[in-house]
Amino acid sequence: MTLNLFYFLSFVAVFAAVLVVFSKSPVSSVLYLIIAFFAIAGHYVLMNAEFLAAVHVIVYAGAIMVLFLYVIMLLNLNKESEPHKSNLLKFAAAICAGLLMIVLVGSLKGADTMIQQQVANGQTGLVKNLGKILFTEFLLPFELASILLLAAMVGAVMLGKSEPK
Amino acid sequence: MIPIEYYLYLSATLFTIGVLGVLYRRNAIIVFMCIELMLNAVNLIMVAFSNYLNDGAGQVFVFFIMAVAAAEVAVGLAILIMMYRNTRTTDINILNRLKW
Repeated sequence: MTLNLFYFLSFVAVFAAVLVVFSKSPVSSVLYLIIAFFAIAGHYVLMNAEFLAAVHVIVYAGAIMVLFLYVIMLLNLNKESEPHKSNLLKFAAAICAGLLMIVLVGSLKGADTMIQQQVANGQTGLVKNLGKILFTEFLLPFELASILLLAAMVGAVMLGKSEPK
Repeated sequence: MIPIEYYLYLSATLFTIGVLGVLYRRNAIIVFMCIELMLNAVNLIMVAFSNYLNDGAGQVFVFFIMAVAAAEVAVGLAILIMMYRNTRTTDINILNRLKW
């Protein structure tokens, strides 16, 4: 049952990811990417990380994708006016990605024998445990992340405002 | 329980698709989306290892990656809008002037 669910979610994620790359209009790319993100959130639920799944849906599907859709709407990119790369470059890109895939799969082969799997208790992904780790062990990175977000917000506003005439 | 190798291969596939998209497309917005896809592949593998080793630190790292991704998208899209305002296109080949 769990394995079938894994295969289904993996198929949806990979299929949607391929469609993100190859679909013609940017809006459908964004929508396929949302499907891929939901499939990944399903994987998180499958791995007992329910809180992370919720955060993932809120941040990615809720915030980042809306930002993408707004930018596409603002720039009016829905028409298929995008210039495409030459066939030679596309071929080279496909070859490079295929080689990277071969390298990754080759390097990950047999990795499961090296990993000592712990007995799963399903408690790791709970809010209580994650919060305890986040606010004790990772308190400084947490505060730095807040500064990073503030800087990004200020930077985005500064970059996005129209230039003074 | 699902073997961790399956998750390794799934993340490798998603990451490769992201790399393919970055190399294949010229629209800067699609390139951004493919970068998000790559970040998600890494997130997936980190949650898998966190689950298999019963260590919450991996999931906390995923939090930080999400925060950085949000900041990156906000700044990146602002740069994209500025670029569109100046050049009326989102073609990344226009930016090859940055090489000089």
